[in-house]
Amino acid sequence: MKVLVAIKRVVDYNVKVRPKADGSDVELNNVKMSLNPFCEIAVEEAVRLKEAGTASEIIAVSIGPKVVQEQLRTALALGADRAIMVETDSEPQPLGVAKLLKAIVDKESPDLIILGKQSIDGDNNQTGQMLAALAGIGQGTFASNIEVADSTLNVTREVDGGLQTVTLTLPAVVTTDLRLNEPRYASLPNIMKAKKKPLDIFTPDDLAVNLTNTVSMIKVEPPAERQAGIKVASVDELVEKLKNEAKVI
Amino acid sequence: MSILVIAEHDNASLKGATLNTVTAALAMGGDIHLLVAGSDCAAAGAEAAAAHGVAKVLIADNAVYAHQLAENIAGLVTELAADYDAVLAPATGNGKNILPRVAASLDVQMLSEIISVESADTFKRPIYAGNVIATVQSTDAKKVITVRATAFDAVSASGGNADVVSLDQVTDAGVSSFVSEELAVSDRPELTAANIVVSGGRGMQNGDNFKLIEAVADKLNAAMGASRAAVDAGFVPNDMQVGQTGKIVAPDLYVAVGISGAIQHLAGMKDSKVIVAINKDEDAPIFSVADYGLVADLFVALPELDAAL
Repeated sequence: MKVLVAIKRVVDYNVKVRPKADGSDVELNNVKMSLNPFCEIAVEEAVRLKEAGTASEIIAVSIGPKVVQEQLRTALALGADRAIMVETDSEPQPLGVAKLLKAIVDKESPDLIILGKQSIDGDNNQTGQMLAALAGIGQGTFASNIEVADSTLNVTREVDGGLQTVTLTLPAVVTTDLRLNEPRYASLPNIMKAKKKPLDIFTPDDLAVNLTNTVSMIKVEPPAERQAGIKVASVDELVEKLKNEAKVI
Repeated sequence: MSILVIAEHDNASLKGATLNTVTAALAMGGDIHLLVAGSDCAAAGAEAAAAHGVAKVLIADNAVYAHQLAENIAGLVTELAADYDAVLAPATGNGKNILPRVAASLDVQMLSEIISVESADTFKRPIYAGNVIATVQSTDAKKVITVRATAFDAVSASGGNADVVSLDQVTDAGVSSFVSEELAVSDRPELTAANIVVSGGRGMQNGDNFKLIEAVADKLNAAMGASRAAVDAGFVPNDMQVGQTGKIVAPDLYVAVGISGAIQHLAGMKDSKVIVAINKDEDAPIFSVADYGLVADLFVALPELDAAL
């Protein structure tokens, strides 16, 4: 079966992001960019499906300015067969991303679409669910295990009280949670080979998708600081303070 | 203005996060209706009708809604949304699963996990794992929003007297079905609803040592949590994770044991009323947010704490 993996270029997870001085956005100049960690897990899952003989082809898709090709090459080095970039000047919001991905899904007709559950920049956790809605197919969000049967997929999902398993009719969308797998690193020979793999480029116009952002960012600010309290010398002092000063136990 | 709030419930009872979400809806203004979609969910519906500030409760009671399958519930909510100016849900696992599907069907750019209502179209929400708070404005005619429950007080669970209406439409997308679930069975309060939470981190060293946390949690009638490091290391199951990618908690007392205080974790607990940190590293970042810090070896401190309580 054919697997489509959608990936996103984001600020590296080790970078501590700060608002710009004028509060208009976050400071992204000279900041290290990487593949979103949940998207790494998505690529890894697709590669494992191919290694198991379940998947026949893996297509990696990303949306954004030209530089997202770096992350697509990473996905190719990890094992994707070919890549598609949808080039946009700015970064569309999740609904716009979902519409572009829906257009790619219509072109490619994948059996399974895997995405990260959220990107660590916007923390929206929307795109996979939105794509499933637009495509009119099922969704297995926050997946910690997937098993492909003939024309169905069993997805074990991380829900608030534990785990839930659902069966979805294929094609379907899966979004990855942290425990689905542990992604591998790309080897140097594979990084070299990835440079020769095909990468197609489309624009939103090519896909007949009209992008309009309806949510605007008014300002960004650092979160309210919490003041550090006091150090206590012993467990007895701690219990005394909690009982008599904070009165919480 | 009229607002539809999707209730979080387990058919038998309404979950607390629903009451916090009603507060957010009241801040936007207008008539608040609660949707209770489930199977044999009359009891949850009755609780919904008693909640303060709710004008009407819609009950969709059908087997297709039994396990909160997103495909079926989103179909129902999308139909109902025609009559409302906004659709809100708590940012629980269900809310996050269902609401983006509704938003896309309505061609609306959803707003995730708002933490304050500035006006009927402007909200604050955390981005970059809570390192930054964004103020965002939506020009969509209809708003679709998930609400971070811990950022809003709960409305009173009693005193309301809403009209109750049974819906007879059934939306079954036919593309998903429930197989099984494994829910953690515990006598403890639920993590996101507990008054006291005791959490362990990488410093616990292994899963067995969480027995020390358990003993203290038992004495305090507390829920047990964990940092992502402890979950990733396999010490404890995922549903115990407190943090930006896990559960967001705001109890009266949060005790962090052997947790260094990565921003990821702080984002999930820093709204707690009182924070206690126990860590042997006196430079651990957790101390910068703790009201009471104890620099100590947790393997000595936890048994002492157990004995002192």
